[in-house]
Amino acid sequence: MSFLEVLYFIVPSAIFYAAPLILVAIGGVFSERSGVINIGLEGLMVIGAFVGILFNLLFADTFGNATPWLSLIAAMVAALLLSLVHAVASISFRADQTVSGVAINLLAIALSLYLVKKIFGKGQTDFITERFTRYDFPVLSDIPFIGPMFFTKIYNTSFLAIIIAIIAWFVIYKTPFGLRLRSVGEHPMAADTMGINVNRMRYIAVMISGALAGIGGAIYAQTISGDFGHATINGQGFMALAAMIFGKWHPLGAMGAALFFGLAQALSIASSSIPIIQDIPNVFLLILPYVLTIFALAGFIGRANAPKANGIPYIKGQR
Amino acid sequence: MSTKATNILVPVISVILGLIVGAIIMLVSGYNPIDGYAALWNGIFGDLYTIGETIRQITPYLLAGLAVAFAFRSGLFNIGVEGQLIVGWFAAAYVGVAVELPMIIHLPLAILAAAAAGAIWGFIPGLLKAKFHVHEVIVTIMMNYIALHTTNALIKTVSGGGDRTESIFASASLRSEFLENLTEFSCLHFGIVIALVMVGVMWFILEKTTLGFELKAVGFNHNASQYAGMNVNKNIILAMVISGAFAGLGGAMEALGTFEYVSSKAGFTGIGFDGIAVALLGMNTPLGVIFGATLFGSLKYGALNMPNAAGIPLEIVEIVIAVIIFFVASGYIIRLFLLRAAKKKEAK
Repeated sequence: MSFLEVLYFIVPSAIFYAAPLILVAIGGVFSERSGVINIGLEGLMVIGAFVGILFNLLFADTFGNATPWLSLIAAMVAALLLSLVHAVASISFRADQTVSGVAINLLAIALSLYLVKKIFGKGQTDFITERFTRYDFPVLSDIPFIGPMFFTKIYNTSFLAIIIAIIAWFVIYKTPFGLRLRSVGEHPMAADTMGINVNRMRYIAVMISGALAGIGGAIYAQTISGDFGHATINGQGFMALAAMIFGKWHPLGAMGAALFFGLAQALSIASSSIPIIQDIPNVFLLILPYVLTIFALAGFIGRANAPKANGIPYIKGQR
Repeated sequence: MSTKATNILVPVISVILGLIVGAIIMLVSGYNPIDGYAALWNGIFGDLYTIGETIRQITPYLLAGLAVAFAFRSGLFNIGVEGQLIVGWFAAAYVGVAVELPMIIHLPLAILAAAAAGAIWGFIPGLLKAKFHVHEVIVTIMMNYIALHTTNALIKTVSGGGDRTESIFASASLRSEFLENLTEFSCLHFGIVIALVMVGVMWFILEKTTLGFELKAVGFNHNASQYAGMNVNKNIILAMVISGAFAGLGGAMEALGTFEYVSSKAGFTGIGFDGIAVALLGMNTPLGVIFGATLFGSLKYGALNMPNAAGIPLEIVEIVIAVIIFFVASGYIIRLFLLRAAKKKEAK
């Protein structure tokens, strides 16, 4: 394969793998910017993937082509409801947010598999018939160089992910809501003094993170796996968490990191057919995102600082 | 009500609430919860065989729980027990197949290798926390995935392209004919003895040594410890190393006792994450860990009987465990409730 052919092959699949990661990482940005650690992203993705597939299987005959999109909405609602459990525990019940997140992860996979076995009588669902389809974007795909890389054989969901990342940046950095969101994550007492309802902001932020993680999970299930089983979502949520940190809790940074991790995934899957890279043992590509995240945190690649009040429940009147 | 009483009541109430939620879910989804819990009970205590298997299941939970609890006492949250356990599992199995030695050397060597591997895996997040103030939660999560992929690659290399190693030599095995005969040929092995000794070791370190005192002090308030002249950084690293060693031993139990080999994994074993539940339920004390590990180990093994005996998916037990964790973590609300109930009583 020539270099250009490799590029035309790798870049679209990197974007393809990155799309779910982008959405989930953005969800994490919302939650953690408000001061609530969300280790439960993995579990929220699992619920999203499960409900997405279930809805798709049940209603494919009714809605036809529109099914995958409607499945995204169903997945969004389901994950939003589950994220409320995390919100109640970590905001109202003052639970340790990391522990509550661990409970969400366990609960999501157990509940999904329990229902899969109840409904389908086996360990995984059937394969869906209505999937998101790839297509060549009219006109733009004819542009030399850029066309084959970014606009050929693409999914609309990838565009959705990138658009949501830009909207998230605008909301967090350019609107009063975003300013309030960031202020409750940095200094909740100051925010409270200024009349911002800290707990309400945090509830909203956690629910947004749940909704986005649900969409991300459903996209993953409907583009990459095609069914739902115990290993469908296997660490994607934690990789999104890594992308959020690597992107320094910034929506566009998180998107960049997710795209980079998507590239690593695409390379690890396609490495055998690409010169130079086929000589690198696969394991290095697999662990690359995680190693880079540790380096980023240790300050080797710029300093990554969490929001100041991240993980601390807000108790009125406590200094 | 005294704080000690509430400290014991919170886990007990959480377990009861968890079982109630499980029953409701079974009821709503059209199963009979009484049949379900009866099948669970028989899966745990049905006969000598199941009791033996249950104890075998409890063994790694004890060590995973100790690992999480030990780090917690020093103010550290070790989510990386899963990864430390996996590298320990690999290290023990590798030593088990790579050399053949007299048992008196081989078995301790394999066990030590597992502890060392886990300790190294704990050392890295400890070092990063101490030197660069990197939060250990994220680093340990990342280390879990690095452990998973790295051991899978190593297993492939060691086995010449396969996805599991050979079985270990008998000289490195923890299996015991005596225990097997005692329990109608279950896989019960001597690991349980090691695990219980380690519970004692943790108690001894925490309660009887200067190191333990310093670790707890750092856990309570590291600024005060620093002021009192303790080396906080050294204590953070040591806490993670010891915690990792406990986790590595948990892996050795699987490598040398239960499976006698290591195979490549598509996902995590879950033992490390359940260790968090064990430690939380046990309030991070050595005795509490025995309680937590016994409960969760029994639930996990007993659940295997539920699909056959009652036709209920075994994931129901995972749901119960998740709900228990949720309530233990939300202990604040249970304490508040207990406090109000106690006040009402006084008013009368």
